[in-house]
Amino acid sequence: MLLIPCPWCGDRDETEFSCGGEAHIERPAKPAGMSDDQWADYLFLRSNPKGRHLERWLHSQGCRRWFNVERHTVSHHITAVYEMGKKPPKASKTSKAGK
Amino acid sequence: MTRYSIFSLLRNAATYHQDWQRVWRAPEPRDSYDVVIIGGGGHGLATAYYLAKNHGITNVAVIEKGWLGGGNTGRNTTVVRSNYLWDESAAIYEKSLKLWEGLSQDINFNVMFSQRGVLNLAHNQHDLRELSRRTNANRLNGIDSETLTPAQIKSFCPILNTEPSARYPILGASLQRRGGTARHDAVAWGYARAADQYGVDIIQNCEVTGIRRKRGRVTGVETSKGFIATGKIACAAAGHTSVVADMVGLRLPIESHALQALVSEPLKPVLDCVVMSGSVHVYISQSDKGELVMGAGLEPPISYAQRSSLHTIEEMMASVIELIPITSRLRMMRQWAGIVDTCPDASPIIGKTPVEGFYINCGWGTGGFKSTPGAGWAYAHTIAHDAPHEINAPFTLERFSTAALIDEHGAAAVAH
Repeated sequence: MLLIPCPWCGDRDETEFSCGGEAHIERPAKPAGMSDDQWADYLFLRSNPKGRHLERWLHSQGCRRWFNVERHTVSHHITAVYEMGKKPPKASKTSKAGK
Repeated sequence: MTRYSIFSLLRNAATYHQDWQRVWRAPEPRDSYDVVIIGGGGHGLATAYYLAKNHGITNVAVIEKGWLGGGNTGRNTTVVRSNYLWDESAAIYEKSLKLWEGLSQDINFNVMFSQRGVLNLAHNQHDLRELSRRTNANRLNGIDSETLTPAQIKSFCPILNTEPSARYPILGASLQRRGGTARHDAVAWGYARAADQYGVDIIQNCEVTGIRRKRGRVTGVETSKGFIATGKIACAAAGHTSVVADMVGLRLPIESHALQALVSEPLKPVLDCVVMSGSVHVYISQSDKGELVMGAGLEPPISYAQRSSLHTIEEMMASVIELIPITSRLRMMRQWAGIVDTCPDASPIIGKTPVEGFYINCGWGTGGFKSTPGAGWAYAHTIAHDAPHEINAPFTLERFSTAALIDEHGAAAVAH
């Protein structure tokens, strides 16, 4: 089980949260001009990395707010938490190694 | 290689079973192969076997980074069934079930396939309607499926709590009698032995670290045992498909998640079928050793860690006790997790990719084990002919652009 540091409520158990999947996937600004492949990329294709992953979480059983998390998908270490709309932290050596 | 039979068993009994032959060779990789299969689990080995048997392609290597069947083949809950909703899924899962029915004879290895029946429970009106819709769809596709009333469920599987006073009363069920379980390790070993007899090289402890390409075509794989040249690379690395695809710059509609299972201490025989409940969220069967084998849903966050987590186990146990109250004092013996790769429509991808000579078989989510023979059979056809067979033609990567999705979330549910 993950211990997730909610930016507003502090450390809480994973069971209080809902996982929102990969972060920073933006809805296309001009959807009418997009090809089917571009739509598929937006809707379905995911980076699914083995290592550093940027993802969204919702504190659904707490403050009900969304935020972003940088987490390692093998060690499950959470290396950064930042607000929605903010840019992700630069990938550091420690975040890649999951320490 | 000796054929396994009652006579070989008797002959070896005379020498106290000291003289059994090695089951497959352990060759060093050659410089080049016609086909290199990445992943030595059930799917990869089945593909190698059908490539050799059905298509005469024997210059094949199966490359496995660990040991055979050490990934999801050895981590699933061994359930086999084909009661999926849509025609496309029915075709491929039923092909698989038909192959299961003759598999032990075909590969001369006892995979302990036991058609003990798979029961899918309904706990509310919506479940009942969905199950009856699926039963009807199955029957139209020639797949055996029937619906049971609570009284029939009680007589078919007496240890289930069919009392109307249950918190989530059982209102009905669908039953596929031809479904059941198989010994998962034996599937990997049996296919490995059968493929090896055709001359397929099975190379363990050999990790693929890169894929070489020239003018859009694959030319070989970099491995921990050196470079191996090949014109055709078939990925069968469930869970790690995105990692392998990344080596050729391919993005996929795949996410990797941990799926957990656990077994109890051994009991006297109490459960002679497979029970699944999408609403109470667990599936359970009893192994030949007497352990209750159970599993539940996926962990939502992406993960490549083959670890379990306590809250999922607690939910699973609560569900088991709800369905089978006599398990409340049962102790659990082992728990583990496997990494499955899931597609947005809960259906697999088997076929070609935009990279010439690079094929993928992935996205089986929680349904990979039951599909092993059928997927290997269709994947081998796809690789041999450089074109899909009609049963895997709908399961393309392109369907995510054309929107011809095959939504099997209902049939996959908890339990695959």
